[in-house]
Amino acid sequence: MRNAAAVWKKQMRDTLKNKTVLMQFVLFPIIAFIMNQAVQIEGMPENFFVNLFAAMYIGMAPLTSMAAVISEEKESNTLRVLRMSNVKAWEYLTGVGSYIWLMCMAGAAAFCAIGSYQSQEAAAFLMIMAAGILASLLIGAAIGVASRTQMMATSMMVPVMMIFSFLPMLSIFNSTIAKIAKYAYSEQVSILLRQVGHMEIQAENVWLIAGNMLLALGIFGLAYRKCGLE
Amino acid sequence: MNQKQKSQETTECRIAVDDVSHKFSERKVLGHVTFRVSLGEIFGLLGPSGAGKTTLIKILTGQLHRDDGYAEILGTDTNRLGSAQYQKIGVMMDNFGLYERLSVWQNLSFYAEICRAPKERIPDILRDIGLYDARKRPVSKLSKGMRSRLSLGRALLNDAEVLFLDEPTSGLDPVTAGEIHRVLLEQRERGTTIFLTTHNMFEAERLCGRVALLNQGSIIELGTPGEICRKYNHLNQLKITLKNGDIVVLENGSRAAGPLFKYLEENKVAAIHSTEPTLESVFVDLTGKELN
Repeated sequence: MRNAAAVWKKQMRDTLKNKTVLMQFVLFPIIAFIMNQAVQIEGMPENFFVNLFAAMYIGMAPLTSMAAVISEEKESNTLRVLRMSNVKAWEYLTGVGSYIWLMCMAGAAAFCAIGSYQSQEAAAFLMIMAAGILASLLIGAAIGVASRTQMMATSMMVPVMMIFSFLPMLSIFNSTIAKIAKYAYSEQVSILLRQVGHMEIQAENVWLIAGNMLLALGIFGLAYRKCGLE
Repeated sequence: MNQKQKSQETTECRIAVDDVSHKFSERKVLGHVTFRVSLGEIFGLLGPSGAGKTTLIKILTGQLHRDDGYAEILGTDTNRLGSAQYQKIGVMMDNFGLYERLSVWQNLSFYAEICRAPKERIPDILRDIGLYDARKRPVSKLSKGMRSRLSLGRALLNDAEVLFLDEPTSGLDPVTAGEIHRVLLEQRERGTTIFLTTHNMFEAERLCGRVALLNQGSIIELGTPGEICRKYNHLNQLKITLKNGDIVVLENGSRAAGPLFKYLEENKVAAIHSTEPTLESVFVDLTGKELN
């Protein structure tokens, strides 16, 4: 765990100087805040923009950050040096993953504050976000591990990120897309976030998110077996 | 004698390579490579690009599992290196593997934490490699020579018993290369075993106690630079440059004594050279290839 903690600290110092990754964490909460304050339409569901951008945030920030960090380390050869310094793969992934998860949870807390969720509602909101961020992290890790360079990672992560982040928004406007989108974890997160005020979590929601996570874990396992961390 | 030396016998073998072979797909990269490196020795592996030098370093540092043969470091099979062994070896690869956005200090501090090395060593190492004044500068703002020195500094962090250096001065100016040589010679004085790959014969002759010439994955010659050069000194001649610019070539033996003495007596000699070949010319003779 000591190595994982060292990687965590390194990642914190590095991200603070990495504007591209830092932007991922703050962009959506800022947009949600502006839209929430600026747009008030009669009949619009409560916290419409907060929930929408929170679901988009889940499909984008953790996935792209995780893939970008891992692929950058592979390309710059720092991962190989870490492995030769006896840092185990799980220690590295735990260090980086827990840092990104925490940063994304800070973003989730910002959404929570913008939506003025309190006590039980806030706890439910954060729990849903935590599960979504975890699923997204696994997909990002799979992309990062499967890529030798940042360029490769970008070419893989952009379409995946667009699918998962835009599905919650598109499904609002198109029922056919909604029928397909319901199998994506980001859409399930979006559905659950809309129900935060009046909790109606169904088994289907939980199974679909868990299924997505298992699938992501399987893809990550395959990518790791094929490409490793070097 | 320092602590490291006290704990081992002076003749102890630190790196043993026995009949190691390796292939990438069907392409043979290493074939039947055998050598030993002793405690406190600087051993150089010389060869042109693509000879298999980096592959051998990867096998020795456990990054790659060999196909055939046996190799060990500090008495442990290189296919089974664990944390105990990794804490005793330092590696400097040709591509530095540094965190670009972090400062020089932050890079070393992070690796010190990973290697369980005391952070109190960092200032001394930075002074040794001449980067103390640049300690707050991000790596992205460093020159190639400075990055190379930082990479060496990282390899020195854990006071390693064995250092692996892959082309440590490749592409560096002579001054920076000289500074790296100085640090390596100091390390040897402290009892560190150093295994380096290079295609710079001057570097090999200056630093290495023994060298192996590697060509197409096989060792074609092994010994001290002097031994190898003498072995291939087929001409065995003396070349005398006279003050008037003439060059006189004499057979190196007792028959040369008379004419040589005469030139010396007449104060005509500007320079005397033996025709002993350099490592590079030996390599070219043996393989028909240039080293770099």
